[in-house]
This record gives sequence, C-alpha cells and structure tokens, in this order.
Amino acid sequence: MVSAIHAQEGDLLKDVDSGPEKEYVTNAFKSSRVINGHSMELIGAGVLDFRILHRFGQVDQGSYEMFGLDQASMRMGFDYGISRNLTIGIGRSTLRKEFDGFLKYRLLQQSKGKNSFPFSFILVGGSTLYTLKSADSVKKSFNSKVSYYYQGIIGRKFNSRLSLQLTPTILHRNFVEAGDKNETFSLGFGGRFKLSKRVAFVCDYFMNMNGFPKERFEDPLSVGIDIETGGHVFQLHFSNSAGMNERAFITETTGKWGKGEVRFGFNLSRVFTIKKKAINKLS
Amino acid sequence: MIVLNIHKQIITKQILMNMKMVISMVLLALISIAGFSQEKYYTKSGKVSFYSKAPLEDIEAQNKNAVSVFDKSTGQVEVSILMKAFEFEKSLMQEHFNENYVESDKFPKSVFKGTITDLPEADFTKNGKYSTTVSGKLTLHGETKDIIAPATFIINNGMISVISEFKMTLEDYKISIPSIVKDKIGREVKIVIEINYELLKR
Repeated sequence: MVSAIHAQEGDLLKDVDSGPEKEYVTNAFKSSRVINGHSMELIGAGVLDFRILHRFGQVDQGSYEMFGLDQASMRMGFDYGISRNLTIGIGRSTLRKEFDGFLKYRLLQQSKGKNSFPFSFILVGGSTLYTLKSADSVKKSFNSKVSYYYQGIIGRKFNSRLSLQLTPTILHRNFVEAGDKNETFSLGFGGRFKLSKRVAFVCDYFMNMNGFPKERFEDPLSVGIDIETGGHVFQLHFSNSAGMNERAFITETTGKWGKGEVRFGFNLSRVFTIKKKAINKLS
Repeated sequence: MIVLNIHKQIITKQILMNMKMVISMVLLALISIAGFSQEKYYTKSGKVSFYSKAPLEDIEAQNKNAVSVFDKSTGQVEVSILMKAFEFEKSLMQEHFNENYVESDKFPKSVFKGTITDLPEADFTKNGKYSTTVSGKLTLHGETKDIIAPATFIINNGMISVISEFKMTLEDYKISIPSIVKDKIGREVKIVIEINYELLKR
C-alpha cells in the first residue's frame, strides 16, 4: 500500500500528459546564407540583417598580393523579415556594379511531435541588374543587363549539429555570350555541421546541369566556418567564386580548386530588431 | 480445560488481527480512491515569465504553455515547461536562449516537482488569499537543484490560482555565459509563475 502511494509521488504530470506537441524545428543554419547561396533559414519578423560580404583575390597569387588579400570585392546588403515566413532583401556588389534583390518565402517548415513534417520547403525568387559600362562602345540595353533566378530549397535539420539542404535553381540571363544558354539549371548542395555551440562548419556547392562553356567556367564550391558572437555572425570561408549574388557565383566562377585558384572571403551579418514582438508581461 | 482456553484465546486474537488488517486496508484503499478522484487540479496554459536585468539590455521572456498538476489533498505540485515555448521580444534573443544558453535541443523541458510545506494553514474551501511555501526540486538545463519559493494561492468559488515569484542564478544550472557578453547578461534571473487551475476530471 505504502509503496503504491510512494510510486504515485512525482508522477502527477502523467495524468495530463498528451504526448509531445507539434514543435517547429528552428536554427538549422546560423545565417540566412549557407555561404553564397540561400540557406533554409529565414530571419525573424521585424529583424533587419545588415550584411557585408568580402571576397579577396586568388590565394595562388602569392605573397606579393598578400595571397589575394590586397584585392577585395564587396557586396553590401540589407535583408528584412516581413514575417517569420517571408524575408526580402536588396544588395549591391562592386563586381560588375551589380544590384540584386530577392523575395524568400517559407511554404513548409520542418516540425516534430504531433502532425510533424520531415523537412522545410522555401521558395526564393530574385533578380540582378549590372550597371558596369561596357568596355567597347556598344551600348547594351537595360534588359540585357537583367537576370532572374528561382530556387526551391528543400532542407532538413537532422539533429542539433547536422543540417543538409538541396537547392534546385533556374537562372535566366537576358543576354549571354555566343555558345552559352540563357537558362542555367543548377542543383545546390548546402550543409552545416556544428562544431561547438557557436562555431559550425559549412559547405556550399552548386552543380551546373547545362549552360556556359565548361572549359572556361567552374561549379562554385565554398567551404568555411560560421562563428557567432552575440548579434554578429561571421562566416569565414574559401571559395573558387568571386561572385556574391546568384547570377555571379553560378555562372561566373572561374577558379579551379585543384590549382589553388581559391579566394578567402567573409560574410559579416549584424542583425537589428526593428519591430519588437509584443509579449504580455507578468509583473 | 486450561489448554482449551488458551487455544480459544489464540483463535480470537487471530480473528481480531485479521479484522484489523482488513479494516486498515479498506481505509487505505478508500483514502487513495478519494485522492485519485477529486483532489487534483491541472492546467496546460500556465504562464511563466523571466526577467534578467543587466546594464546594457534587460532580457525578458514569457511562456504561456506551462503544464501543471496540483494535488490538493497532498499539497504536491508539478510544473513542466517547454523551453522552446518561451517568447522573447527579439527573435535573436530567443535563438540564443535556445541554442546557446539552455540548449533546448538537448534539454527540451524544465520540470519542477515539489510540495506545499505549510498546507494545513491554507483552507482551500473558503474564498481568499493564502500565503504558502513551496519547496521541491527544479530541473533545468539537465541540472536539478532544491528550491524554496513563496506561493500565494487565491481561492475564488472553488477556482484555484497560484502566483509565485523567486530568483535563481544561472551558475546553479550550469548555464554558461561567454566572456564576450559577460557584462550584458545578468547572473540572477527573476521567475514569475501564474497558474489558473481547473479540476482534473478522470
């Protein structure tokens, strides 16, 4: 009798336990970009993400160029979270004096517990416009400088350390060189592996399925680490690409990893909370 | 004759003992049935808030989905809190809270199991406010510590509500703060709990 009463002690919660509730899986990546490409992560509602990206020159240039550090190309961008499932962003790259903008919408979010769903599905649509004057006197029309891209991101956080995603992408350039194709189909692979609470290993690769002469251009492959310090996320990486928007890194990557034609680069992300979420305070 | 008498005595003694056993067992059974049927109260929408004051930035969050059961007959209280259900004003704070401080993937829930130590002083049948003390074990971030906190029970026409406020330190629960933000984050956290119980029908 006594033991029966004793066993009951500490199990009161069992009376109302209805199993695990539905819970969204969050923080698959530290940043909204794997490295170059979009990650399955969105920024929070009312949050502004100020992003400064640098890509330096090729490491194989040696010590005279300080292994590429003497040359820098840059992209500055602002992303804003309209809601928890919708992010918009704009950016400007020094390379080709190019503007870019995008819309990113999460259709499905990975969840566990009741009515769980195994992965997240995000749609990204974006456009780029370069404004660099052509070297020859032929004036190009506005339209010819515009490109569009559409992506679907299928991503899953497998556990607290490992997240993987696939990113099928269609890129359309209004104007391409002879021998190239307007439409480029590519498949992006992104992954992160957390090494500690604030440090993660990341890898970002896009495999091109068609388009551009393979003898001149390469598939972009970037590897690096994410370091998070309070409101900042630093992404330090090596990449064979100098481009920092989808058109540039998917179609204009020339470096060969095997020949050491890689560049050091970093993404710096600083978030500001513009609109605070209202929480009812108890006192 | 004498031998027979002794024999009778032994038999009556045995019958008496058996009856005592039966009565006490029935009584115990009755008590436990009463305990199961009537005296338990619960909620799935308890409110838990925390506040941390620091020179640079105050941190506060609220959770509206705390699950709790209160057994009126024994004074036992249990509370279970899903860490990811804490809402912050800033989503980055929420992310850091879950990822870096309480490690919600590893330790999804915080659980309190305790008892009201001065239960007899509170008469839960009359309307009014009753100041009591709750003591028990709080498990958070995989660490279990004894805590004692004041709890005010409010009885209003059979409805039971409880409000409790206490302080805890992050060190007690091995929640580490990196040196880079040491000045931004307060060591001590104030916890406020507000629960409106409903009768648990079985």
